[in-house]
Amino acid sequence: MGEVTRQVTLEGSQTGFATTRLDALLGWARKYSLFQYPFVTACCGMEFMALASPRFDMARFGAEAPRFSPRQADLLWVVGTISQRQAPVLRRIYEQMMEPKWVLAFGTCASSGGFYDNYTTVAGIDKIIPTDVYVPGCPPRPEAVIDGLLLLQDKIATGDRTPGIVKPREDPASIGNVNGLVQLQKKKAAKGDRP
Amino acid sequence: MSERILEKLKTRFGTAIFETHSQFGDDTAVVDPAKWHEVMTFCRTELECDMLTDLCGVDYPDREPRLEVVAHLYSIAKRHHVRVKARIGDRELEGDVEIDSVANIWPTANWLERETFDMFGIKFKGHPDLRRLLMYPEFVGHPLRKDYPAQKTQPLVEYRTEEEAGLPLDKQLPFGPDEGMSFGRKVFPGEGEAS
Ligand code: SF4
Repeated sequence: MGEVTRQVTLEGSQTGFATTRLDALLGWARKYSLFQYPFVTACCGMEFMALASPRFDMARFGAEAPRFSPRQADLLWVVGTISQRQAPVLRRIYEQMMEPKWVLAFGTCASSGGFYDNYTTVAGIDKIIPTDVYVPGCPPRPEAVIDGLLLLQDKIATGDRTPGIVKPREDPASIGNVNGLVQLQKKKAAKGDRP
Repeated sequence: MSERILEKLKTRFGTAIFETHSQFGDDTAVVDPAKWHEVMTFCRTELECDMLTDLCGVDYPDREPRLEVVAHLYSIAKRHHVRVKARIGDRELEGDVEIDSVANIWPTANWLERETFDMFGIKFKGHPDLRRLLMYPEFVGHPLRKDYPAQKTQPLVEYRTEEEAGLPLDKQLPFGPDEGMSFGRKVFPGEGEAS
């Protein structure tokens, strides 16, 4: 057995240790283990089912386990129209959740009341509970909701609690169209122009 | 066949049937509200209308008996329909607007009358349990009367203030008209340019 003669110095990433801030580590852990409580009240629920099913597969983002007790959940999905009569229930559910907790408004109704501008609808859940991410759309496409989930994960990782709104994705058919409306008439092909 | 029903009603009740018509095959009789229960009992027993399809109210703000109670009856055995209406209430709807309950003839009238009471404030005399059905007990007024402001909400939980929320709560942006349905909801100038 020979003596160790050569002194090896390890540097940086070779040490086998990673240094990080505790909150960053916690944020990283939290963002991939969202336990969700779906508060599903209206038609958006259909799209929520699509999102949770294998085609769009929310499980890829570590958010696959719905908890039907608010005490075990840390992400409240408000999916659908909230009527004035339901508002106290929603508030109660939110209060029962443990800190840290996040709220995602799924669809235009939950975000702003949608086209229900009347005596019975709460025009946006943020009038009752703090909301982290808004996903517009009536109902939003699952892709938009996944965008919202990723936005929320970003916010959790950075500890950012300002509300965020999912921007609608550009519809390829509407690029170059100022109104954002799909033009149905065919474009006139110029000579020598490749389609 | 259908005319015969109205004939039967007219021969039985005479002047208590104010008017009848059979537009598009829908037999309608407008009856004296004081005879409401009697007419309905006759429909149930003699005309064999064993099914109360619907019972609702209508508000005509510029007619003199202002409110209308409409019942749609159907006979499963004889396969005929008849619609019975009664007009009640003065222009200002002072005092109680009352009509007899038919809940002891068709049990389903129980909830239908509760809904009509909730929405129009029509009191059904002899109803076993006349409470609001759709709105909450704290709600003041009757929302389907034309003089109820459609946008007037009566929140059960106190809304958060904008300072608390840190963001404008009456947001319309970026929930633009292109998203969801553009009808119904107020569209503010400049809203279209967002998103
Ligand atoms: S946003 Fe549209 S789809 Fe979603 S709950 Fe409201 S009306 Fe239904």
